[in-house]
Amino acid sequence: MKQFGYSINPDRQIDYDLTDKSLLSFIVSFEPSLLSCISCGTCTATCTAGHFTDFNIRRVHTLLRRGEITTLKKEIQKCMLCGKCQLACPAGVNLRNLIRSIHVAVEKFNV
Amino acid sequence: MGKSVIIIGGGIAGMEAAARIAAMGKEVILLEKSDQLGGHLRKWDRLFPTRRKSDEVFEYLSNGLNDKVTIRLNIKINKIKKDDRHFFVILEDGESLKSDALLLTTGYDLFEAGKKEEYGYGIYDNVITSADLEAMFRNSAEIKTSGNQKPRRVGFVHCVGSRDEKAGHLYCSKVCCVTGVKQAIEIKEKQPDTEIFCFYMDLRMFDRYFEDLYYEAQQKWGIQFIRGRLSESCENPDHSILVKVEDTLTGRPLKMTVDLLVLLSGFVPSSDTNKLADMLGLLPGSDGFLTPVDEHFRTNETQVDGLFLAGTVKGPATIENTITDARSAAISIIKYLEK
Amino acid sequence: MTFNIFVLPFSLGFIFLLLTIFFRYRKWIKALEKEDRIRFSRGLHSRKFFLSLKEILFESLLHRKMFRKNPLLGYMHMTFAFGWFLLIILGNLESRIYSGWWINPPYYPIFMKFFIHDKHVLPFEIFTVPGFFRFSMDLVLVVILSGLVLAIIKRRRSRWFGIQRTTRLQLTDKVAMTCLWLIFPLRFLAESFTSGAYGYGGGFVTQHFGNLLAILYPFSDKSIAYGFWWFYSLSLGIFFVTLPYSRYMHIPTELLLILFRNFGIKHVKSFSAYADVEVFSCSRCGVCIDVCQLATANSILNIQSVYFIQSIRDRDVRADITMKCLLCGRCTDTCPVGINTDSLRLIERRNFAINQLPVQDYIPVSIREKAEIIYFAGCMTHLTPGIIKSMITIFKTADVDFLFLDEEKTICCGRPLMITGQEDQAAKMIGMNNHLIKTSGAKLLVTSCPICYRIFREEYKLDIEVLHHSQYILQLIRKGKIPLQAYFRNVVYHDPCELGRGSGVYMEPREVLEKVADVRSIINEKNRSLCCGGSLGILNIDRHQRDAIIHETLKTLMSGNPEMIATACPLCKKTLSKHSSVMVRDIAEIVCQAIPGTKYNPVAQLTKVI
Ligand code: SF4
Ligand code: SF4
Ligand code: SF4
Ligand code: SF4
Ligand code: SF4
Repeated sequence: MKQFGYSINPDRQIDYDLTDKSLLSFIVSFEPSLLSCISCGTCTATCTAGHFTDFNIRRVHTLLRRGEITTLKKEIQKCMLCGKCQLACPAGVNLRNLIRSIHVAVEKFNV
Repeated sequence: MGKSVIIIGGGIAGMEAAARIAAMGKEVILLEKSDQLGGHLRKWDRLFPTRRKSDEVFEYLSNGLNDKVTIRLNIKINKIKKDDRHFFVILEDGESLKSDALLLTTGYDLFEAGKKEEYGYGIYDNVITSADLEAMFRNSAEIKTSGNQKPRRVGFVHCVGSRDEKAGHLYCSKVCCVTGVKQAIEIKEKQPDTEIFCFYMDLRMFDRYFEDLYYEAQQKWGIQFIRGRLSESCENPDHSILVKVEDTLTGRPLKMTVDLLVLLSGFVPSSDTNKLADMLGLLPGSDGFLTPVDEHFRTNETQVDGLFLAGTVKGPATIENTITDARSAAISIIKYLEK
Repeated sequence: MTFNIFVLPFSLGFIFLLLTIFFRYRKWIKALEKEDRIRFSRGLHSRKFFLSLKEILFESLLHRKMFRKNPLLGYMHMTFAFGWFLLIILGNLESRIYSGWWINPPYYPIFMKFFIHDKHVLPFEIFTVPGFFRFSMDLVLVVILSGLVLAIIKRRRSRWFGIQRTTRLQLTDKVAMTCLWLIFPLRFLAESFTSGAYGYGGGFVTQHFGNLLAILYPFSDKSIAYGFWWFYSLSLGIFFVTLPYSRYMHIPTELLLILFRNFGIKHVKSFSAYADVEVFSCSRCGVCIDVCQLATANSILNIQSVYFIQSIRDRDVRADITMKCLLCGRCTDTCPVGINTDSLRLIERRNFAINQLPVQDYIPVSIREKAEIIYFAGCMTHLTPGIIKSMITIFKTADVDFLFLDEEKTICCGRPLMITGQEDQAAKMIGMNNHLIKTSGAKLLVTSCPICYRIFREEYKLDIEVLHHSQYILQLIRKGKIPLQAYFRNVVYHDPCELGRGSGVYMEPREVLEKVADVRSIINEKNRSLCCGGSLGILNIDRHQRDAIIHETLKTLMSGNPEMIATACPLCKKTLSKHSSVMVRDIAEIVCQAIPGTKYNPVAQLTKVI
């Protein structure tokens, strides 16, 4: 699609065609259970770190799935790996390993 | 002597199948473990989406049971045997019942909400299940909290024990969404000052008029829907309940105090079904419910010749679907007997 | 004549081995931290040294722990270790008779039967000094050979030895093992042929066997015998040279490990000389494989301590293997060498820590009120409100004034981070929580979570008492502060890993439980108890693999045919509940239920006896 017109702000849309999904596939290869997430938000609701900060683990990995990775590095640092989210997740997402894998990926891909 | 059928389970499916088979001239023995027919139907007040009284449905089902149907209540089955042509159902007192075909209509159990400990059922007084709420409706009592107050705010939790790996049940129970919405409306009808919130992951309003109910709930009654699954609840000193959820649509964690929290318990395979399936050598599906030979064409037949299934023994279903399925089973059984 | 060229392979190998061991010992001792070096040299001159010798005798030579695990396995190890030891001692004493010297060249006793052919001693003449030695030497040799037969059977039929799975061997192991297995048969043949050829000089077995051989091979003269002496010497030599590069290095290393341990040298947070000595002390016996639930429930067979330790030895430590471990401690508990495998695993996990994971500076809240006793439920406990409610009821019944520290907002205790290797980040959380606890001015900290309990005790360096709620409840019951009335039938107790093996708390929960229930014992309890499957120690297994562990553990628990499973950990409770057909309750809940007149009924459905 042709881009035209002017804007003072960067585009707010997720341009799914352009976003980088390589990070996602790397992470999914480590923790395939991410794919079974049903975006229910239980992890965020129970999150120990979420009580103190604006950390939203569900949003973080949902954005990752859309290829939105710019804030990933900063966000994921807020987790304390306590595992409460994993104990509550109804879809059996292995959240602690997912978070670790995100860290590993962030380091590897240097985002 | 004519051919006969034993039906195990005197709920909706068992009653309807008994009626249909009897109407076609076969002898039916209808076995029921409790002291009354009707199963879960007897505990419900009004039915979705029509809000017809459940007793009317029960009356219709009862009327179908003619003198060809022998009803046996308070039955405990010890063993089931089969030879080439007959089934022998041996009761706990040693009595042996014989038939040419066997129909399992043993239905479902409601998920024990206490197993989802973080929601506090059995721990906090003001956490109840949809079945508890229905009992209040049946007694036409006022809806009250444990402190005998009218609740100002009520929360409904969808998918309790369903779609939940941690509860051991990954499937959707199909009817709890619409039950929740129906019950929410009923509370509003009784006590319009109550504020109501439903916490859902997906609203599965799949059948005819269900969506209308959802529309009515929002438009007419101002019931609010928050997309997020409860992670846990705590009890406030005044015994009201603090729920924790993520409002996934705004992307922020949300906490809210409700005076009464209703858990929409899902369907689980009934414990008796498992025992019977064991005796008959039937393998349950991955969800624990029993499975017919073919999910499209032979929906009531099983691997065992002469053994049939009907109703929620095969998984969650609405009453309407259960009745239809019982009729379909009746046809299959008659066809089998006349072979 | 007391020398022959064939003794060279042995002698050179022996010297090589002695030097290698010497240098390795020196390297390890030098690598110790300063305080540990002081501990070591002090230890050598203390009573601890003699205690160590005793331990060496019982464990390294007699293999007492192995005997307890499986008598056949113990016997096998003992024949090799203690048998060889006796051969050396007896051989040295015997050779002294003939040489007249206290000190002989090392090869001399080993090959004595080649040099000495004493006509005057008959095979069964046991009451003279030389006769006694000759008889004993033969006896010991035969015992060792019987052990050898067992060792060969074990490679084929390990089940007979109580081992389901044996370890995979590396090349040096195979060479060394072959030589080791050859040494004693060769010695036996060399001695037999020699005494047969001479017609005297052998012991009660070798002489008679030798006579037989002399009849079978009359043409041989002494040349066959000489050939076997060569082979015998060669097998010894090759064994000694390969030993430091094979599993058998564990033999000399374990001696040092015993000294280190008895002198109070311990693991530190990074890979130390002590850790290295542990690594080389692993005999690769494989006992740790069978107790591992990743093996038994999931057929994962490459992560067990034996393989993990091997990867350290081979400097090929891999993240997935290091991380794939429940840290349940079952292998540490069972290891006959006493290797602290969980600590090794944690040390290695630190190498895979993600450095740029700076935990946020959570602002430690200042404590609102002061209290003598603080209660810290723990993150997980917030998902089991039944435990919290029971604890509050118990506190209230005992009329205890307490502060609920993590009722609303607290951070994690830090252990989940620590056990994934994120030491620095964990330290930060510990610091923050420490501040919180200290400012509360409390004298006692009670927690419901064994994970918190363990880190509070091991890492927090609190100067106040820390109790798990099972211990605290026991104190209250002993003081008569909580009246108990109910009694429940058929309860089994599941020991949480972190509370049992992790913190050594086995008795208090049982004692509490016995006050209110008829507790059945089951196989695999206390230090042998299984992991519930919910462990935070592991990251990279999926839910099906966890389920397999849960089912395995439930099967053991249900062997007691209980009406209720009791435990003392929110994580165990939630994990086991998922698949249990009977109710799973925390002991706090059971006690709460037994208090007369409690409104809250966590175990309502159960039949009370009283
Ligand atoms: S709790 Fe599990 S399923 Fe729900 S949003 Fe989080 S990861 Fe997804
Ligand atoms: S592990 Fe991380 S994301 Fe999960 S609850 Fe704990 S702090 Fe939150
Ligand atoms: S019907 Fe609705 S509430 Fe019930 S399990 Fe399905 S989605 Fe959940
Ligand atoms: S770690 Fe211990 S139990 Fe395992 S192989 Fe080594 S010595 Fe044996
Ligand atoms: S700690 Fe447990 S899971 Fe880990 S290797 Fe040892 S036995 Fe296996």
